[in-house]
Amino acid sequence: MLMLEKRPQPSRGWTFATPILAVVLTMLFGGLLFAALGQDPLVTIRTIFLDPLFSEFAWFYRPQLLIKGAPLVLIAIGLSFGFRAGIWNIGAEGQYIVGAICGAAVGLAFYPMESFIIFPLMILAGAFGGLLWAMIPGILRVRFGTNEILVSLMLVYVAEQLLASMALGALRNPDGMGFPGSRNLSQYESAANLEIIAGSGMHWGVVTAFIAVIVAYVALSRHIFGFNVRLSGQSPRAARFAGVNPSVLVLICMAISGALAGLAGLFEVAGPAGQISIDFNVGYGFTAIIVAFLGRLHPVGILLAGGLMALTYIGGEIAQSNLGLPIAAIQILQGMLLFFLLAVDVLTNYRITWTRQVA
Amino acid sequence: MTEPLLRLSGLTKAYPGVVANKDVSFDIGRGEVHALLGENGAGKSTLVKTIYGLVKPDAGTMTLEGQPFQPSEPRAARASGVAMVFQHFSLFDAMNVAENIALGMENPPPQAEIAAQVRTVSDQYGLPLDPDRIVGELSAGERQRVEIIRCLLQDPKLLIMDEPTSVLTPQEVDILFETLRKLSAEGTAILYISHKLEEIRALCDNATVLRLGEVVGTCDPRQTSARDMAELMVGTTLHVPAKADKPAGEVILALSGLSAKAPHRFGTPLRDITLEVRKGEVLGIGGVAGNGQDELVAALSGEMKTAKAMVSFKGKTIGHLPPNTRRKIGLLTAPEERMGHAAAPDMSLTENAILTAMTREKLTTKGFLHWAKARSFAEGVIAAFDVRTPGPQNAARSLSGGNLQKFVIGREIMQAPEVLVVNQPTWGVDASAAAAIRQALLDLAEKGTAVIVISQDLDELMEISDRFAALNEGRLSAPRPAKGLTVEEIGLMLGGAHDMEVAHVDA
Repeated sequence: MLMLEKRPQPSRGWTFATPILAVVLTMLFGGLLFAALGQDPLVTIRTIFLDPLFSEFAWFYRPQLLIKGAPLVLIAIGLSFGFRAGIWNIGAEGQYIVGAICGAAVGLAFYPMESFIIFPLMILAGAFGGLLWAMIPGILRVRFGTNEILVSLMLVYVAEQLLASMALGALRNPDGMGFPGSRNLSQYESAANLEIIAGSGMHWGVVTAFIAVIVAYVALSRHIFGFNVRLSGQSPRAARFAGVNPSVLVLICMAISGALAGLAGLFEVAGPAGQISIDFNVGYGFTAIIVAFLGRLHPVGILLAGGLMALTYIGGEIAQSNLGLPIAAIQILQGMLLFFLLAVDVLTNYRITWTRQVA
Repeated sequence: MTEPLLRLSGLTKAYPGVVANKDVSFDIGRGEVHALLGENGAGKSTLVKTIYGLVKPDAGTMTLEGQPFQPSEPRAARASGVAMVFQHFSLFDAMNVAENIALGMENPPPQAEIAAQVRTVSDQYGLPLDPDRIVGELSAGERQRVEIIRCLLQDPKLLIMDEPTSVLTPQEVDILFETLRKLSAEGTAILYISHKLEEIRALCDNATVLRLGEVVGTCDPRQTSARDMAELMVGTTLHVPAKADKPAGEVILALSGLSAKAPHRFGTPLRDITLEVRKGEVLGIGGVAGNGQDELVAALSGEMKTAKAMVSFKGKTIGHLPPNTRRKIGLLTAPEERMGHAAAPDMSLTENAILTAMTREKLTTKGFLHWAKARSFAEGVIAAFDVRTPGPQNAARSLSGGNLQKFVIGREIMQAPEVLVVNQPTWGVDASAAAAIRQALLDLAEKGTAVIVISQDLDELMEISDRFAALNEGRLSAPRPAKGLTVEEIGLMLGGAHDMEVAHVDA
């Protein structure tokens, strides 16, 4: 009979091996899925995972990797603090939207004035917008004991409605012949999130994501704040004994994740997306949850996981256009990744033993 | 010699990395009260689980009344006449006594019939218990009676009792012992597991001592001193804590009218506790579990905030201060629950050292942690308190209960507190480690620290306390000098415990 035996302490080896095992299993079962769809599994897997990096069009795809990866990493870093502390903000998508709206609104308010101060103000507004949206579930939980999972998730749909109303109303381009959507910020120099090195995909959001990774790493491993976050997640009672105020921690973690999601939204709207439109959000806020867990809630892990997830996005698009694969298949692949990760995660804390059936 | 009721021969059971039982053999006769002694991890639980059909031995055999006895599960053991009362009760709070008993039966008769049976058995054995009462309202002693009566209804030949008196007041212990003696007189054998040697001397006919899974000796407890039995258990000479008489110092901690609402549904409210604790004294607080111990510790540690003036330290009111501010001024606490409260199980010992020592040992600067300093502090605790572990990088959960207890108590003592509050300092700790912890607490008091020890172990409290007070339903009795207190007086202080009358058994 197969038995799970608890390890005396978490295995270091498996901590690193489980994400890789999860990726391998995802490729394996993803391949089966593609075969069932009538595709050559090897070609499909190669298209998704390798073509963005090594095909003849890689020069086009590689910058895309940074552009798609940056918001994922930025949001996931913010979420990882809360997830480690047992605070489940799954509404990053909404915070991302509100951050983009606030940041874009500040930029558009200055149009057509040109000043170096506009972009920094937009960044502040973006972070603030996301923070504000995250404070709603945070304060409701601290004050009234509501469930932050439900509230933050539901606020995503509220944010989407807000986005639509902005795109059609207050922020609509006055010169846009009545079409929905705001002015294009990437064509407004003072407000544009431009590439720092042309053609590299390296915009200010990418830089911010890297800074976030480093700051998060230091905070989690060297600072008492990170210690308290980890302690609260593992043993809430011990955390209270150590002097952590759980309500304050909830608010801080929600604030961090909201602000970083808002920043991601701002960098997206001022750069790659360019404008507030009805379909501005593409699910980065949800995918970042997978990225956070795939990266083991560790900043460096999240960086790698963000890259991998960006790869599946780009590879998925290639597979969609070249092989005619439905977009849902790519989403299943991403879901599988999280599923397998959580499933093999058990190996970190347990070992499998084979024992004879006891009569 | 007549054939024994149960004969164990050569029982061996190994788990990965540890031999729990090695060639264990002994006999239990009909009507015999047999004690099973041993430190934590000596293999008592494994042995008992083997007899009760929860563990299958690797080697060895058992015979019950001359017949081979190999219970594959507890149901089979019960069918053969072996019953067991566990240390932790398996009762549903929301149901009444009769319903709880019916739940443990294969084919329960109607409720009224069970209630009648419960009344008969409870009269017969002097165990006062009303079958219609809701279990959630019963005291620990009464809950235990439910478990015992559940066993007695099966008319067992052998009754196994695992640490039965740990939750009882002295009066309740007397009631239990009357019952057990009556059962034994009727021919029911009892296998009695306990740490409390005086109890074993009072109750048992024979004792088998286990150490590291092996039988290291047998004795007649009525003829053997508690000290000799303890040394047999530990395998070394036992060190008894020494306590010096000393004049009382000035008042350092004062509680005045400390009251607090119960923090959760099953908590206990604190009611008007007034107390002064002096430098250099050990104040023992006794009481049955669930009478406000956790809440009192929380109010002292700062986990539960109270009105400012309810707690004062060196004349300053501190009832509103959070835990780390209290640590800074010198008020340290060690709560009862090691895993998940005093220590985080999945974190390393170094990290667990930071948990409470951060402020006083200055393990951070502007919030940045000094890992090397924290590690050496943890190493200091490990060395000074003989914590058995490969090193401070190991997770807290990899330590045995006793070793972790030494670590969490040592962690507070090493910070040189001015007032130290400990809850159940030696709970689940083996005899030699318990003696070491008590000695460390006395040494600390010697240096002028006020030590408050909250414990359910009255022997322990009498051994180390200068003054003794009792908690009962959130009220604290006035402290009295511990020297010269009799068991009866202590029982009355613990007072209000249910069913104070000793059983009237018609034997």
